[in-house]
Amino acid sequence: MRRVPLDASGLTAGPKVSKEQSRFPLKTYWERTIRLTVALLVVWFLVGYVLAIFLAPVLNGVRFLGGPLGFWIAQNGAIYVFWLLVLIYAWSMNRLDREFDVHDDEG
Amino acid sequence: MEIQVDIAAAIGLTFLLYIGIAIRSRVSSTKGFYVAGQGVHPVLNGMATAADWMSAASFISMAGLIAFLGFDGAIYLLGWTGGYVLLALLLAPFLRKFGKFTVPAFIGARYYSGTARVVAAFCAVIVSLTYVAGQMRGAGIVFSRFLQIPIGTGVIVGMGVVAFYAILGGMKGITYTQVAQYVVLITAFLIPAIAIGVSLTGIPIPQIAFPEVASRLDGVMADLGFGAYTSPFTNISQLNVFLIAMALMCGTAGLPHVIIRFYTTRTVNGARWTGVFALLFIGLLYTTAPAVAAFARFNLVDTVVGQPYAERPEWFRSWEETDLVRFSDKNADGIIDYAPGDIADPESANELGIDPDIMVLANPEIAGLPSWVMAIVVAGGLAAALSTASGLLLVIASSFSHDIYKQFFRKHATEREELLVARGSMLLAVLFAGLLGIYPPAFVAEVVAFAFGLAAASFFPAIVLGIFDLRTTREGAIAGMAAGLIFTATYIVTVAPGFGIGLDPWLFGISPQGIGTIGMLLSFAVTWGVSRVTPPPPKEIRELVEEIRYPRVRLAGAGSAQPDQSPG
Repeated sequence: MRRVPLDASGLTAGPKVSKEQSRFPLKTYWERTIRLTVALLVVWFLVGYVLAIFLAPVLNGVRFLGGPLGFWIAQNGAIYVFWLLVLIYAWSMNRLDREFDVHDDEG
Repeated sequence: MEIQVDIAAAIGLTFLLYIGIAIRSRVSSTKGFYVAGQGVHPVLNGMATAADWMSAASFISMAGLIAFLGFDGAIYLLGWTGGYVLLALLLAPFLRKFGKFTVPAFIGARYYSGTARVVAAFCAVIVSLTYVAGQMRGAGIVFSRFLQIPIGTGVIVGMGVVAFYAILGGMKGITYTQVAQYVVLITAFLIPAIAIGVSLTGIPIPQIAFPEVASRLDGVMADLGFGAYTSPFTNISQLNVFLIAMALMCGTAGLPHVIIRFYTTRTVNGARWTGVFALLFIGLLYTTAPAVAAFARFNLVDTVVGQPYAERPEWFRSWEETDLVRFSDKNADGIIDYAPGDIADPESANELGIDPDIMVLANPEIAGLPSWVMAIVVAGGLAAALSTASGLLLVIASSFSHDIYKQFFRKHATEREELLVARGSMLLAVLFAGLLGIYPPAFVAEVVAFAFGLAAASFFPAIVLGIFDLRTTREGAIAGMAAGLIFTATYIVTVAPGFGIGLDPWLFGISPQGIGTIGMLLSFAVTWGVSRVTPPPPKEIRELVEEIRYPRVRLAGAGSAQPDQSPG
């Protein structure tokens, strides 16, 4: 396969610092924390309440692993998603901390 | 008799292990006693959090409840795992950055009020005491059932072990025994689940095996006249499923004994990863529990229902002696008939009464597994009860010694003196919890509804707004906590049957277990509203709140760099 040279966006990758960010870096850090938190909580509500409870009667019409899908989401599937949300949060926040140099662990 | 020897050996070995760990993790500072010196690795802390969290109710009762609730049992599964998302995203990293030792200390500092701190400490003690009584009771029941000793003696044995490692090692001793207890309890939960799953379906992973078993159950239950096992809202209304799941989630995130586990890591990032590992280890049990539930219900129907009573299996006979399994031959045909309705109701054709609590404990016998499996399950149940009890006892001891004694009686108490008071209050708390376990008040059964509802309606809104809303004031927080507590407590006391008033649910038919959600919304609304019309928090407090948002930044002029120096 022929190697494709990096495109424009690839070349500008790296720490992007906007004017706003360099003046109030902590403000940007907090805004991004809030944005991530809200996004993850929206998924939390969609899976834990909309799919697992409100739409359960409908989803039970679909088969999954030999049983009804709605039942599986309420008793098992939602828990896997909850775990992924916490994992994504820890991982993303760890990266965000480093990007803004506010991390409190070495390495 | 042989099974009793196995059980005694399993209990004895695990207890020796806990005591050995306790001797190795003695502490001599308040930081060691309250937060294990803040040096616990996130993986170990995740295990400790999981054991701290999963109580006798999670281990012994939950799968049995789900077995009889079917789909609607999801309230416990969703509620007691989804709360960790809130905890990990909204509370844990910020409280860890704040760096105090207790939840009331945060409330007191954030709301610049010593009174708020003491009231919070008082609430933490009440919630934890009622909860711990249930754990002691659970341990006592396990002892008495399997070793044929009186419940009181069982409670005293359990108390003695907890007292030993909690007083000696404080949070450090508790943390490392909880790690061992997690290993014991998860092994005890998984072995029978896997064995039964294999015997029913040939699949060694219960999580993959159970949807098909549940589907088979639908047919079997329909033949007996029950609603389908996998159909939603057959036992609990949709509104209540929603409200109970929400109350359990927000209550989980507001329970002090869970929150303080996140104080024990070295870094803020460690607190975040504690959430990841805690939910992984908790999820291992919580994704297995619905499988255990479906297997148990299936095996029960399969081995007993429609069989002649004279030929009932051995486990049925032995549990009948405890009255947790009952048979009454209403139509006098000598056959065990199973139908919807209560066994005591003469209108119902049902002749079989099963206490949900025995499903996990009797499961190995029902499935015909060897007696050592039974012994491990008993040791697992005790591990679950003792690990939760010890976490709760620490909250009681630290609330008293750190938030009440030091705050009010002896502002300048030396560390040695405070440590002595902490150990003394731990001892008193153990004794008091033991008494409640031996002589349980009638409302102990309602404790879950109470503890979660109250935590959801008081601590959760106060902490979340305290972190995310700079404008939340002392007056707002106090009014909000009071409104949430009074409303929720009033509803539970007037509606929950254990309190003897027993009104019909007077608000849209909401169950007392779910009312915490309404109390929480009320508390959020009152806190928000009152905060907007009262003078804003002082400048130092706004700086303090901004500071906890960043793991390593100290803003100029913000509060002391030393943890736990200047509570309001």
